[in-house]
Amino acid sequence: MSRREKTWWWIAGVLILLYCLFPIAWIISLSFKGAADIANQQFLPTEATTENYSTILTGSASDLFLPALRNSFGICLIATFISCILAMFAAYAIARLDFPGKKLILSAALAVAIFPVISIVTPLFNLWREIGLYDTWLGLIIPYLSLTLPISIWTMSAFFREIPWEMEQAAQVDGATTWQAFRKVIVPLAAPGVFTTAIIAFFIAWNDFAYGISLTSTSRARPVPAALGLFSGASQFVDPTGAIAAAAVVVTIPVVLLVLLFQRRIVAGLTNGAVKG
Amino acid sequence: MAEIQMDHIVKQYGDGFPAVNDVSLDIADGEFMILVGPSGCGKSTLLRMIVGLEDITSGDMVIGGKRVNDKAPRERNLSMVFQNYALYPHLTVFENIAFPLRLAKMDDAEVRRRVNEAADVLELHEHLERKPANLSGGQRQRVAMGRAIVRQAEAFLFDEPLSNLDAKLRGQMRTEISRLQRRLGITTVYVTHDQTEAMTLGDRVCVLRKGKIQQVASPRELYEQPVNLFVAGFIGSPPMNFLPASLEGDQLSTPFGPIQLDERRVAAVAGRDLLLVGIRPEYFEDASLVDEAKRPVGSVFRARVDVTEWLGDQQYAYIPYEAPEEITAQLRALSRELDSEELRTQAIVSIDSTSRIREGREAEFWLDSRKVHVFDPSTGENLTRDAEAGAALTRMATEDREEQLAESTGGPSGGIGTRDSGGTHAAGAA
Repeated sequence: MSRREKTWWWIAGVLILLYCLFPIAWIISLSFKGAADIANQQFLPTEATTENYSTILTGSASDLFLPALRNSFGICLIATFISCILAMFAAYAIARLDFPGKKLILSAALAVAIFPVISIVTPLFNLWREIGLYDTWLGLIIPYLSLTLPISIWTMSAFFREIPWEMEQAAQVDGATTWQAFRKVIVPLAAPGVFTTAIIAFFIAWNDFAYGISLTSTSRARPVPAALGLFSGASQFVDPTGAIAAAAVVVTIPVVLLVLLFQRRIVAGLTNGAVKG
Repeated sequence: MAEIQMDHIVKQYGDGFPAVNDVSLDIADGEFMILVGPSGCGKSTLLRMIVGLEDITSGDMVIGGKRVNDKAPRERNLSMVFQNYALYPHLTVFENIAFPLRLAKMDDAEVRRRVNEAADVLELHEHLERKPANLSGGQRQRVAMGRAIVRQAEAFLFDEPLSNLDAKLRGQMRTEISRLQRRLGITTVYVTHDQTEAMTLGDRVCVLRKGKIQQVASPRELYEQPVNLFVAGFIGSPPMNFLPASLEGDQLSTPFGPIQLDERRVAAVAGRDLLLVGIRPEYFEDASLVDEAKRPVGSVFRARVDVTEWLGDQQYAYIPYEAPEEITAQLRALSRELDSEELRTQAIVSIDSTSRIREGREAEFWLDSRKVHVFDPSTGENLTRDAEAGAALTRMATEDREEQLAESTGGPSGGIGTRDSGGTHAAGAA
């Protein structure tokens, strides 16, 4: 690549980056604006204030926001964990074994993934109320599994397929049972894949709004995206824009942290040296 | 350590294709058996059936007196080196080698002792704490062998272990494997398509073709007394030359002039119109360089040389010849089956490196007729095979092996370990 070409790539890259990050910068900027400052018609706050953060963390919105944060974390982590475990076994079977109905499982998973969420929310709402799952953690974990499992199975089976078959056979010849070979050889090798899948699954659950708003009614189980919609201003004539922006920033932080934390693991390369170089 | 007996082993895949077809083979305790053949001949499948990674459709697999058809790989106590080594990339070299021992729940001190012993044998000490990704091809190969010898397995199985190494390293590892096997005295089955490995390593070599055994014999017997056209063409490099021939009296008439046959061979080939005569490249010589004393045992002919290749220690000349259509077609089919592509009918002859025979000129060659074989072109059968002489060659190889084994097990140096104390002990002490 010539110097000129390189410069152009750089410029294009920076432009795309700015375009993508602009809404986030805007939200951050908004979250530091005072109530009177929101409509100041400029990007930066005239005077930066943490008023919005204290509103959601300790002030009037805190009994709406804090329980929602707790719910979101709990529900999403549990849903991610279960979906990863289930997807691991399913993906292993799909990648390794030949069984009738393999195609069916994969296409069913895909079908579930593209099924519009909004169309099952209403029946679920009725069903959940009947059987007492309405407004509970479990009542959200189950639909979240249906969101996260298909994509988890698909990504993980792709990872499993890349692990050389011989690894497992070598373990079996070395005296391992199928389960031991899976646990001691396949799982460690698939770890980057599992982490990647876990993060994707976590995001999907974390970002859900439709289930969150419809299947909950109190702070018992309401997740953050739903809670944000219920914020109210100081009076009914004031928009809670600042508080919502602050909450949005707080909610984004764990996602960013997660990616930074596991970046090294996501970038695979663990299987290097397993087979001939 | 155990003997392996295969009785009418068949492997059929779902579509009914028999990858291994009715193979019966006995491998003696401590023997080094080579399975060899062109790609797709079923040699790897057979090996994987021994170790239990492939189901057996029918027949009996008996290891150490026990039928193992229905046993899982881990219950068979065999160790295997895979073609791509299959090292565990997330474990250090030490833990890779220790893996089978950890699975057997051996205590830590014993594991450390055994891994160190194996590392001694394979000179892996300075690499024990490294990850396989940081090792060279040869080192990975040694780690894979370490994992195989660290426990007291009944037998070693190798699946083309050297095919990923460069030529020089391959030669070194070959002698290393040979030495290791002799020292440990463990039954070994070794799959390869490389005939140098087959000839140098094996006590006996089993040549497979399309899932069927062609011949099981010592390398010498395979070379001197091949049972059919396929074995004759497969063993030897450059390969045996096949010329069309017909019997006239007690002489074979060939494109390279008449070849005199002795009485036994005349009797064996009589009654057929068209024959194929197989002559190894080294049975030829530049006629001007042949001893007067040797001249009478062969015949002399003139031919035009197409190409010569001078390699320093030897020289090859390519001599084209005419052959009837049916023979040409058959030779082409054979060479395709042997994974090579012979475009024209030509003989490759080995001549002395000092010979001044020139390309494109006529030259006079001498042909040693004593060891030529005559094949039936339709069945491929070797009509002049001397079974007696062949068996004698294999018997000699067996005696050699037994002698070497006896030496390595109870030899004069004493401490080289006894066979019932297991491979690693022997390895460590040596």
